[in-house]
Amino acid sequence: MTARFVRGLADVGAADTAWAGGKAAALGELARAEIPVPRGYVITVAAFNLVMAALDPSGAIRGALGDVPADDLAAIAHAAADLRARITAAPLPPEVAAEITSAYQRLGAQQPDEMAVAVRSSATMEDSPEASFAGLQDSYLAVRGAGAVLDRVRSCWASLYNDESVSYRRRRGTGEGGLAMAVVVQRMVSPRAAGVMFTRSPVTGDRSVVAIEGTWGLGSALVAGEVTPDSFTVSKVTGEITGRRVSAKLRAHSFGPNDQGISAQPMPTALRRSPCLSDDEARALALVGRRVEEHYGVPQDIEWALLGDSPGCPALHGDPADRIVLLQSRPETVWAARERPPVAAPKPRASDHVLAWLQKAL
Amino acid sequence: MDGNGSAGHGGAARFLLPSEIADAPGAEGWRSMYPYFTRFQPEDDKRFWFYNSMHFPEPMPAFDTITAEIPYSAIGANTARVFVFPTTLGIEHRIVNGRVYITANPVTDPEEIGRRAAIFGERAGYYFENWDTLYQGWKARIKGLIDEIASVSVPQLPEFDDAAVVTGSTGVAQNHYVRENFHRCLDLFSVMWHHHTEFLMLGYGAYVVFFQFCKQAFPEISDQTVARMVAGIDVMMYRPDDELRNLARVAVEAGVDDLFTEGCSPSQVLAALADRGEGGKTWLAALEQAREPWFNVSTGDGFYHHHRSWSDDLTVPFAALPRYVAQVRDGLLADRPTEALRAERERIAAEYRDLLGTEEEQAAFDQMLGLCRVVFPYVEDHKFYCEHWFTTLFFGKIREFGALLARFGVLAEAEDVFQLHHTEVDQALSDVMLAWAAGGTPLGAAHFQPIVAERKRMLEALRAWSPPPALGPVPEALNDPAVHMLWGVTQQTIEAWLRPDEGEIRGCGASSGIVEGPARVLTDVNQIGEVRDGEILVCPVTAPSWAPVFGKIRAAVSDIGGSMSHAAIVAREYGMPAVVGTGDATKRISTGQRVRVDGDRGIVQVIG
Repeated sequence: MTARFVRGLADVGAADTAWAGGKAAALGELARAEIPVPRGYVITVAAFNLVMAALDPSGAIRGALGDVPADDLAAIAHAAADLRARITAAPLPPEVAAEITSAYQRLGAQQPDEMAVAVRSSATMEDSPEASFAGLQDSYLAVRGAGAVLDRVRSCWASLYNDESVSYRRRRGTGEGGLAMAVVVQRMVSPRAAGVMFTRSPVTGDRSVVAIEGTWGLGSALVAGEVTPDSFTVSKVTGEITGRRVSAKLRAHSFGPNDQGISAQPMPTALRRSPCLSDDEARALALVGRRVEEHYGVPQDIEWALLGDSPGCPALHGDPADRIVLLQSRPETVWAARERPPVAAPKPRASDHVLAWLQKAL
Repeated sequence: MDGNGSAGHGGAARFLLPSEIADAPGAEGWRSMYPYFTRFQPEDDKRFWFYNSMHFPEPMPAFDTITAEIPYSAIGANTARVFVFPTTLGIEHRIVNGRVYITANPVTDPEEIGRRAAIFGERAGYYFENWDTLYQGWKARIKGLIDEIASVSVPQLPEFDDAAVVTGSTGVAQNHYVRENFHRCLDLFSVMWHHHTEFLMLGYGAYVVFFQFCKQAFPEISDQTVARMVAGIDVMMYRPDDELRNLARVAVEAGVDDLFTEGCSPSQVLAALADRGEGGKTWLAALEQAREPWFNVSTGDGFYHHHRSWSDDLTVPFAALPRYVAQVRDGLLADRPTEALRAERERIAAEYRDLLGTEEEQAAFDQMLGLCRVVFPYVEDHKFYCEHWFTTLFFGKIREFGALLARFGVLAEAEDVFQLHHTEVDQALSDVMLAWAAGGTPLGAAHFQPIVAERKRMLEALRAWSPPPALGPVPEALNDPAVHMLWGVTQQTIEAWLRPDEGEIRGCGASSGIVEGPARVLTDVNQIGEVRDGEILVCPVTAPSWAPVFGKIRAAVSDIGGSMSHAAIVAREYGMPAVVGTGDATKRISTGQRVRVDGDRGIVQVIG
């Protein structure tokens, strides 16, 4: 039987956002570039479209949502909540449910029955170079069991109509037509540390460095703003650590062997002020970041995880590069949009640069 | 009033005024050591001064003030009068409690700057455009000066003058040449310093401009990475260390390596070598070959007579030899990988170039880096010629005049000559010249020997005084290019001086990485043999002659220096963390304390 609604991440590439959504396209593209990502699959927009065709056959409901004025937040909230309720209540077409269940079971073939997965939104218009749409749609971590996965898939679909998503689209004047949501299901990783990195300095825009932020455990603690992360600045050219700030990381996100969902645990005092990355690990991450940037040709905003048993567990021996997985990569949008005046222009003679400097008035 | 610098109660932070400095206890007579023109004047309270700890980290013996007087006479002439720098004249210096404070005279009137800039553009342009040719000429001239100082003779004033004075009818007795040749030494020292400054500011200017460009284009780039793009590979200051490695190889090949053991004394080893037949001869011949000129390397920076060279005192090179010998035996002694270093330098420069946004910027980058590469052979090598090679010979000659004075009883020992100002040495020599001519006895013993004894005592007392990093009103802006280029003093430096942080020792992160280890504090370079494997070296300043010790240590910390200083360059090559220019790390850290060196941020912490 050929699956109609599910594809392995390895079958997805950057050009496939229309049916796989931005996140799946990015993850698949990373996998093709031989950059490690957790194994997983994507539930294509075909599944979403099938469900939506059933509950809004003419597109009238979505069309009405597109007509709400951007500044009428109450109306947006009302209409969006209504649509979300319809999506989560809609029955799942049996062929869709069967394919998702079977893919989940294949993913966990060597694992206990209730393997933990991440269920992540992958909208068709997220992570474009112009706008990140980051964080507007929902993702769920440490989801266990086929039934829970099916529920979370519907939650992801519904999150396309989160109040913030809708109001973001209204403010940008983006229509509702043609919008769709795919969903990524990936094996959950249990990292020692995780975080984000930019392949240019977010502070100065400097393209010669990779700026890394990280914390113990899952990166969700950092993304949610629950911890102040450690930060490292690594030169792309020399591998030098040119900046390092270690923060008190009071808690970590993690999940237990049987937990449904993740939880925040206090970090042992001794580990709070310990850097969550060694210099070698930071350098290995920067190298991966550089590879991704080279692959795409533009600076990237990347989510990473460093595998280990648990938050803050002792570093494993061997090459840290073998323990890095990426969870997301998207084009950096803030500095890409800025014009920077050139620092200097050539002069008739090289020495004119020195003369010009020395002639500057105090 | 405390020794550490900032004053003022409740008001805005400020530095002590020169007039507020009290005489160091036990050294109230320090003024008698130095000429009147080095004294702070009442009106000097209105100007900002900083302690030139980079060149003068110790109290000045009277003779050694020549290493301030003559360089400042040369560098000011170069910037103010020869090249006519638009925004700066020269540097003034003052001595208080034995320490040298300096200030730069800026030009602030826009009209005046414009008038100077027109002349400067032509003159500096000529040097930049013809740099290679002029530098080749410079090397020939400086080598000529070195030969000349080496050939100056110090008359020995025997009972009867040479017969040649008669047979050649020269008509001049040799006591005349006592003064003439002493003056010749001073004159050559002055000519050497004019050569030293000839290219200096222009050379550093090219570097500063490239440095600022890199910092603007790559705000996160480290100082040391900029330096790496520019640094030469075949630099003279690496040669002394290379020669030592070679001597270690020769020792093993000649079968005399057993003599080089940890803590061995040079004189015992040399004596033992003499009894070792061909092997010993081979090694001694290799030593003689290496010595000229490569052992003419001062254990300091050429500003004090007592920073002896390897040639004067073999303790330093012999302290390094046992380790190199052991490495040769184990097949571990490698040459500096110059090809790999060069390839790495080119890779770094090419990658930064590629990261620039536009072709225009790349073209400007090429020009600035290209100019740095043109000027850097001078910037890197002039110190070996001037501060090390020439100055070693210069102090050696002065020491010979000291020996003459000692032989005639004016001084108790030759070394005491350095307790006299050069004008006083002049007097003492006149005394000897007269006595030899008259057949009498010089009168200097009663006059100078008590002075020398008192000055030695005062210098010891002055060591205990902590010089404030700066004096006078905090300047609103500090843009003097000389101060910036040569001393690395910026507005940030001044702010750090005003607010010393008791817990941390801050300096310039010169080579990245973080390590912890036991400190080895050396205040005198002659203690270099005490350094043990795995220690963190804490020292006032490092010079090329310190290179051998870098094989033993885990990190380097110095009181003085910037990202282009010797310690910084060598530490980067060894890939070890270094924090330089801390100001007072040798005072705040003791041998044996555990310290943490953060070469990324330029911070040293005492952790136990």
